[in-house]
Amino acid sequence: MADGTVDFAAASRAALQDPQLRGNFRRAMDGLMGKRAAQFPDAAEWRGVRELAAAVRLRALAKLPELLERLEENCSRNGITVHWAATTAEANAIALDILRKVDAKLVVKGKSMVTEEMHLNAVLEDHGIEVLESDLGEYIVQLDGTMPSHIIMPAIHLNTKQIAHLFKRKIKDAESREDAAYLTDLARRVLRAKFLAADVGMSGVNAAVAETGTLCLIENEGNGRMCTTVPPVHIAFMGLEKVVEKLEDVPPVISLLPRSATGQPITTYVNMISGPRKSGEKDGPREVHLVILDNGRSSIYADPELRDTLRCIRCGACMNHCPVYTKVGGHAYEAPYPGPIGKILVPQIEGLETRGALPHACTMCNACVEICPVKIPIVEIMGRLRVEAVRPGGAVKDGGAKASRAEAMVWSGWAAMNASPTAYRIATLAMSRLGNAAPSSLPLLKDWTRVDNEAVRSKPRFATRTLHDLARAKGIPDA
Amino acid sequence: MDHQPATPKPTRVYYFGTCLVDLFFPDAGMAGIELLQAQGLTVVFPQGQSCCGQPAYNSGYRAEALKVARAQLDLFPGDDPIVVPSGSCAGMMKKHWPDLFHGEPDEAKAVQVASRVWELTQFLVQALEVRLTDKGEPVRVTWHASCHAQREMGVVDEPKALLRQLANVELVELAREKECCGFGGTFAVRHPEISAAMVGDKVADIAGTGAARVVSGDCGCLLNITGALEAGRQPVQGQHIAQFLKERTHG
Ligand code: SF4
Repeated sequence: MADGTVDFAAASRAALQDPQLRGNFRRAMDGLMGKRAAQFPDAAEWRGVRELAAAVRLRALAKLPELLERLEENCSRNGITVHWAATTAEANAIALDILRKVDAKLVVKGKSMVTEEMHLNAVLEDHGIEVLESDLGEYIVQLDGTMPSHIIMPAIHLNTKQIAHLFKRKIKDAESREDAAYLTDLARRVLRAKFLAADVGMSGVNAAVAETGTLCLIENEGNGRMCTTVPPVHIAFMGLEKVVEKLEDVPPVISLLPRSATGQPITTYVNMISGPRKSGEKDGPREVHLVILDNGRSSIYADPELRDTLRCIRCGACMNHCPVYTKVGGHAYEAPYPGPIGKILVPQIEGLETRGALPHACTMCNACVEICPVKIPIVEIMGRLRVEAVRPGGAVKDGGAKASRAEAMVWSGWAAMNASPTAYRIATLAMSRLGNAAPSSLPLLKDWTRVDNEAVRSKPRFATRTLHDLARAKGIPDA
Repeated sequence: MDHQPATPKPTRVYYFGTCLVDLFFPDAGMAGIELLQAQGLTVVFPQGQSCCGQPAYNSGYRAEALKVARAQLDLFPGDDPIVVPSGSCAGMMKKHWPDLFHGEPDEAKAVQVASRVWELTQFLVQALEVRLTDKGEPVRVTWHASCHAQREMGVVDEPKALLRQLANVELVELAREKECCGFGGTFAVRHPEISAAMVGDKVADIAGTGAARVVSGDCGCLLNITGALEAGRQPVQGQHIAQFLKERTHG
């Protein structure tokens, strides 16, 4: 939209009209939910590991400023150059500067949500630098010219057939074969050559250990290891919340993450990066850089209630279990982070002016809260953001952006009616007498009863006598 | 849940009917009262009650929610349990009132009231340990679990346990029992398309069970689901569990 407002409702409408997309998501999410459930057959074990992981994240956040300092110190000691970026623009400038110094022409990337947040690929391409995503899913969406639709499985919106078509169109000599093994092998061949030729490898970070200056990166395809070891320069990107205190804090996180995300007990690769190649070592990059991005996180941190947002380990389980996400898919959110975590994180990063609708795109069913491995009270934060959206000032960017005099009046009238027994009695009397005469064309009733000119729900029918009436008539005591 | 079976069993309870029951499902509300009376309890229905405040609370209007919640506080003096025929409103009172009143002069009272709140089926099973005798014809039903009953009140097995006590009732569970029906209060009208897609999936799941009735403990869900069943001309009927149980046991 022209004013920068992102229209979730319109985007989700389009998604809902795409039966292929709906089918793909339904199938994929059903599968993922089943796989996750199979990882936690024992409720007591689940409660235990979840407490542990939540405690690790809480402790890290409680000491965040101190841990970030220690991380920088220990990374520097290990030979990792640490850069701080307050904004995505700064982070992009830092990346470009490093690339310029080594005269980089080709970059290979492992999965990194922070670089999605930065729109780094577009920035690099604008500067004439070729950038190639090497995670299979990311590679697919890059070829397709779209965005990831899930933070763990970026191409989950496409099925094998669609991917086969894409490869046929985009990759030289590709055969038209709807065969996952063939397609994977094809992508691997393309990527192999690029890994060897790349000037710089980029990656995200799943956890950065303050006490040792170690960057942990988990992945399934080995592409992360290639990106971080083969090219002469490695640049890692992380949001400033990704730090943990000690090495022993890592296992709970890297075990719960894949169990929650894809139902794997552990990822195929667990990389622990502790610096550039040392003399005498046979491989590893010459330079390692760590870019630590703020981009609004420190203001989220400043509010004790909103701070819980930063506990997230980006497992994506909340998406898999979200009944809204599974219907509309990830693209409808038009954000790097879709689904429940996106609905609380993106409005806090980008502001309620453009993203104020997101916290309302939720039935508050709490399915995400039930499975979040680090126990983020996602729905409570959602509720808080709804407050901030209509309350000027406050802790969140563009607080009060959605304030409306008309809406405020409706709620104050509603409160007056429900706070006075007499007013309530008159109002319910009126509704039970007149409510059913309301035409279905009334604004809210219209939305309730019809979608795209199709009847979706009949009108709610007011009873002629309220429970208050019935109880009185039956002599139910009032006190 | 953290409730212990109350020993000795309570003899007097308050009943908080909720605004949706009041306006749309008063017979279900009355059935809940009668189920409790049938267990020998004195049921008190304070006529001054209206709404738990959830609609405003979830819309970002906390001051308005507080005003409405506060108007309910003095209606339940003493220690008797407060029984609510809705998991969602019970969850609002039990779980969110303490937050809503946090730092307010009447916080202690709100916390005390909240701690006495039970969802109806939870109360029947856990506090009263009811034994029901089925007097109805054979019927196949399915159960729709509301999100807030499950996840805020921890009520998952209780309603199904009650249905299973009925000899002539065959309970066929939904394939996706835990999935939200798409009501979500104002969500249904803020995002009618998504809500319709969600309830569409729910209705398909219900139809797949071959049940003649879908029984639920929450009137928001029931408005949504029965509305969609009717619009889709599905033969399945929606009913509040209180009314269903009363019909089956009172002959
Ligand atoms: S909010 Fe929780 S469930 Fe969602 S991605 Fe983050 S850690 Fe995973």
